[in-house]
Amino acid sequence: MNGSWNTTRRALIAAIPAAALLLSAGSALAQQKTLTVGVVLPLSGVFADQGRHYEDGMKLFQKMHGTESAGVKVNMVVRDDQGPGSGDLARRLTQELIVRDKADIILGYSFTPTAMSVATLLTEAKKPAVLVNATGAVVPTRSEYFVRASVTSAQLAVSLAKWAVDNNIKTVYTLVADFAPGIEIETFFKKAFEAGGGKVIGGARTPVSATDYSPFLQRVLEAKPEALFAFNPGGDVSVAFMKQTKERNLAKAGIKLLVTGDVVDDSQLPAMGDAVDGVISSLNYQPDLDNPLNVQFVKAFHEMMGPNVSPSYRAVMGYDGMGFIYEALKRSGGKTDADSLLAALKGAKIDSPRGTISIDAQTRDITQDIYIRRGQMKDGKWVNSAIKTYPAMKGAAD
Amino acid sequence: MAGLLTVVFDGVAYGMLLFLFSVGLSVTLGLMRFINLAHGAFGMVGGYVAVTLLNGFGVPFLLILPIAFILTGLFGAAAEKAMIRHVYRMPELQQVLFSIGFAFAAGAVANILFGPQQQPMILPSWLTVQVSVLGLDVTAYRLFLIGSGLLVGLLVIGLFNYTLYGAKVRAAVDLRRTAEGIGINVDRLFLVTFSLGAAFAGLGGALAVGFLGLDPTFPLKYLVIVLMVVAIGGPGSIVGSFLAALGLGVTDALFKYLVPEVGGFVIYALLVIMMVFFPKGIMERSA
Repeated sequence: MNGSWNTTRRALIAAIPAAALLLSAGSALAQQKTLTVGVVLPLSGVFADQGRHYEDGMKLFQKMHGTESAGVKVNMVVRDDQGPGSGDLARRLTQELIVRDKADIILGYSFTPTAMSVATLLTEAKKPAVLVNATGAVVPTRSEYFVRASVTSAQLAVSLAKWAVDNNIKTVYTLVADFAPGIEIETFFKKAFEAGGGKVIGGARTPVSATDYSPFLQRVLEAKPEALFAFNPGGDVSVAFMKQTKERNLAKAGIKLLVTGDVVDDSQLPAMGDAVDGVISSLNYQPDLDNPLNVQFVKAFHEMMGPNVSPSYRAVMGYDGMGFIYEALKRSGGKTDADSLLAALKGAKIDSPRGTISIDAQTRDITQDIYIRRGQMKDGKWVNSAIKTYPAMKGAAD
Repeated sequence: MAGLLTVVFDGVAYGMLLFLFSVGLSVTLGLMRFINLAHGAFGMVGGYVAVTLLNGFGVPFLLILPIAFILTGLFGAAAEKAMIRHVYRMPELQQVLFSIGFAFAAGAVANILFGPQQQPMILPSWLTVQVSVLGLDVTAYRLFLIGSGLLVGLLVIGLFNYTLYGAKVRAAVDLRRTAEGIGINVDRLFLVTFSLGAAFAGLGGALAVGFLGLDPTFPLKYLVIVLMVVAIGGPGSIVGSFLAALGLGVTDALFKYLVPEVGGFVIYALLVIMMVFFPKGIMERSA
């Protein structure tokens, strides 16, 4: 009896520190092994549709690649910024994510103005943010904590200008929406096109939410350019624009239509119908790209969303934003502090459904292939098909 | 010259679309004096009815229009009976708050039912062909809009200005108690009239989708322009709305064509000038 008590007591004495050790190791493990990604996207209001695409992409990444990278568990905390008109809300949400939810890194910001409104906050809080869109040239210069995983307006405009020059188009008329991104795109296009020997023979700026383009298109028809370069902010506005270019029959007048890829967003093609026939656009992704990762990605996307929904470039940019965060964890050896993450993001290179993409170590901007696509009928559906690739274009224009 | 005429023609077609879209509001806001900022919500109902029938069931386009008219009318009747009749006699601010809230709620419900994306609306091929009219190349859809606008305009003007029903409505709005006193069932009259307003909104919505697109933000997106039509036209005057819609469509198109730098702004300046010098619109209705 006595002996057995002794044994028990000895066993207990030995067990206590062991248990304590285990416990502390367990909590140390839990502390080290989580990375909280604060996600800020427009998930309600006019831009809810595009916000949902990014979120789907991020979720799909975690579904395909697991929720751990370099031994660190990656959690998402999602917040709704309601779109470009509410920068103050985006700023408050970001602050809450950092302070209350202890977010280690932010992922999101669909709009340039939204990103601009949080720039100083990120600098002050020393938290890196990976941009899923926000294509304005100036954004990464506003905070050294911005890393752009998406696409830049310069990439889309310059690649189209190059294509126009390569295809012997000499004269272009420009029609861009009259707000900052439109004017930026117009400037980049004009500069690159005229540097290549082309000439912009005229242009007009259209109201941002215009739905009747026929007076502007009449001017285009009278100016008789070889091509029309156009940009407008997507959604119903772009659907209306595309339908009316068909109605005014630019093709019959021998005017080729060049648009940035977001105007003929793949998810809007059913609403545009035959208006996309022969339209040239530039974008960083489309679903029919022939690389193994993209095949896998499209298959997984269909499994998640159903067979009738094709992944948009926005879904891919959400997917890649998460991909860069996973890669940063690998490069930092699982360290989750802001400096290590930011250092690991600079120069990071990943395989994406859109091809190999990387973050420029100096500008923190995306380097990627830009695809020139042509609208055409394929298997009874209108699609954009890649006809040319401009490889490894830098995010910032020269 | 041909260019200018084409632009004017397109402006007329756009104006007709505005008229089709706002004639219902001219009835509910103008004739019934209910501050109906939920007008776009009824247009949206018509739009979703049209899209669902066209894409889901392949119903012919010409058949869709009366169905959208009737279903939206029934929806309007239900809304009137359940909620809106309690708001008629409230002060204007409460009507504004109620109807704008109704528009937001309708958009949110559409978001749940149909999702936030743009609805595809592919018009039948006979409406997308180019036809030559007096030497101008125009699309059949714009011609169709002009025809529909004229037809609806004549119908509505006839109905409210030259029938006993129209006289009753005008009487009931101006002097409700007297109208009730001489035996007019004002509750039922208003139910019918509001439903008609909603039905015309639904028809306008169904016709507008091919042109303006459709998503859950529809109820608010085009609110400003339809309010402009009714305000400039003179509340309660169908003829005024018709002229205002045409004027806005043509002016907008012409200025965008001639001076694109300021073109998009001109109609708003026009609205300000009109409201300063003709606060009751171009066709003030005499009581």
